[in-house]
Amino acid sequence: MSGAVLAFWGQHAPVLSVLLPSFTAVALLLLGDQGGLSPQGGGHEGQRLAWRRRLSFASALLGLVMAAALVARASSGELQVYELGEWPAPFGIVLVLDRLSALMVLLTYAVAVPVLAYACGGWDTHGRHFHTIFHFQLMGLSGAFLTGDLFNLFVFFEVLLIASYVLLLHGRGGARLRMGVHYVVLNLTASSLFLIGLAMLYAVTGTLNMADAALKVAALQGQELRLAQSAALVLLVVFGLKAALVPLYFWLPGTYAAASAPVAALFAIMTKVGVYAIVRVHWVIFGIDAGQASLTVQPWLLPAALLTSVLGVLGALAAHTLSRLVAYLTVSSVGTIVAGVALFTPQALSAALYYTLHSTVVMAGLFLFVELAAAQRGVTGDRLQPAPQVHEPVLLGVMMLFGAASAAGLPPLPGFLGKVMLLQSAADLVARVWVWTVVLGVGFLTLLGLARAGIILFWHVQPADGANPAGRSARLLAAPWLFMGMTVALAAAAGPVKAYTDALAQQITDKRGYAGVVLARQGGPDQPTTRPYDGRRAPTAPAAAPSAPDTRQEHRP
Amino acid sequence: MLSMEWLVATGIGLVTATGIYLLLRGRTFPVVLGLSLLGYAVNVFIFVMGRLWTDAPPILVGAEPVADPLPQALVLTAIVIGFATTGFVVELALRSAHESGSDHVDGHEPGVRLGADQRGDGGSA
Repeated sequence: MSGAVLAFWGQHAPVLSVLLPSFTAVALLLLGDQGGLSPQGGGHEGQRLAWRRRLSFASALLGLVMAAALVARASSGELQVYELGEWPAPFGIVLVLDRLSALMVLLTYAVAVPVLAYACGGWDTHGRHFHTIFHFQLMGLSGAFLTGDLFNLFVFFEVLLIASYVLLLHGRGGARLRMGVHYVVLNLTASSLFLIGLAMLYAVTGTLNMADAALKVAALQGQELRLAQSAALVLLVVFGLKAALVPLYFWLPGTYAAASAPVAALFAIMTKVGVYAIVRVHWVIFGIDAGQASLTVQPWLLPAALLTSVLGVLGALAAHTLSRLVAYLTVSSVGTIVAGVALFTPQALSAALYYTLHSTVVMAGLFLFVELAAAQRGVTGDRLQPAPQVHEPVLLGVMMLFGAASAAGLPPLPGFLGKVMLLQSAADLVARVWVWTVVLGVGFLTLLGLARAGIILFWHVQPADGANPAGRSARLLAAPWLFMGMTVALAAAAGPVKAYTDALAQQITDKRGYAGVVLARQGGPDQPTTRPYDGRRAPTAPAAAPSAPDTRQEHRP
Repeated sequence: MLSMEWLVATGIGLVTATGIYLLLRGRTFPVVLGLSLLGYAVNVFIFVMGRLWTDAPPILVGAEPVADPLPQALVLTAIVIGFATTGFVVELALRSAHESGSDHVDGHEPGVRLGADQRGDGGSA
């Protein structure tokens, strides 16, 4: 029995990670959610709430197990191609499980499970259908990480964005609505740009399959090359907006600060979707050895990343609330990650990915910490001004010290290791001076900003204004601790994790190997398959004497 | 000069420009219109990326050349998604106007200062 289950999973592993959250969301939708009920509420509704939580949490746990199994499978170096509807790539849509996608799915679930546990502490009753939307969000994230098709990537982007719009508004309130309007309009505009970029790429390559596009782009020349490069830059704008790079990060601090704590913590992974897309498109398709299109975006990406890192940390220094401070640190950490990506060497990519794991987990933990501290401080909330002492100064203080040291990159925490790897990987490059200056300077300023916040939070205290029991439940405290535990685990297991990301970077660099597996049923990377569409039949088709150029076509590329 | 390509390209450009202009307005209604116009322009743009064809069937019928079928499928997907998101943004704009009493995208009339608790940086719930 279990053998059959395992065999079934082995055969359908990639798609099951997308289907599980999708079916869970539908089941939760059928279960219904009237909302507005206190967590302790009794009666019929209270039972349904309990069932919603059980179902949602069980599904997330199962997803975590499946994601861990995906990583275990991918770590052997095997690529699994899942053809949806059994149409072979590049004509059908495929899901591709490689080391990168497996790692990102695992990261998603590693963030999602503690966040869900935290949300079950009460946030999920502040509005309707929290769990449903949460699982749709997970579906979008898993799909975006697993797909091997660019248009499919767009579709999953839309799924995760629509879910994120609703999650952002969860709990309502004027600030969330106002930020919600900005966030939604910006992202819809970005989606339009995404489509424009994809259409341009399709026009010159005739394919939307990532593996195929990587081969086709490398062969482009002349005018078509220019068009493909423009497409790369248009897509960079789109992904830069998601990842919050300069000059497209202005939406992030306000939005994340306005979102409810569990949602902000989950959104720590959302910026990484932008980073992931940059790796897939600009690293693989337009990256090294892409013919004349090689490194199209590097002149833009590296300065933008370094500037993001600096401006983010300056914003953190100037922040007047704790949640804004953490949101700005998120921006800053994305800058550091993308700087590693923009160096375009496998070593730097490996370091950047290790740093991604660390920064996502730490930022998610800090967002939850902020809300707990704010709740314990009473009416002052998370504003950085003297206020009554938090109720558990030692516990929260240790938590903050831990998060701050890790975010700033102090040994022996993974932030330190990630930064050292990044500095090492930049050692032989021309950009070394810039990368070293920015990474080290930003680390120092991060520490300064968090120290300032910590001093106000824990030492500048006023006499208490009465009992304030909020934010002290063990259940709420468990989730940030879980995140802190993960950072320790990342530091303790740095060797194997780094070995994995090293192998990942090698795998990403080997585009022909990737294309060989994805396009295997069409005869591998050397078999001509797609081309910009011109109405002629493919040479291999039966009726295929390559016909005379057709006069009815008005325009030839 | 006045080829079909020129006409279509300038048409798309004009609609896009109008969309961007509306997108930059301060009230939510023009912004929603701008998003819709931008969506239309993008849909036609995708369609045209399969090249312009005259007198060619959209699906394979015989030996004769057919118009590129893939952009048509992509456009359908884009239209569906655009429709759903437009519906969402309309509802969001209505709710925002209803709750804040202003249809400005910032949730308050320009020049009106908000209290500290309304500014949206109070993060805690």
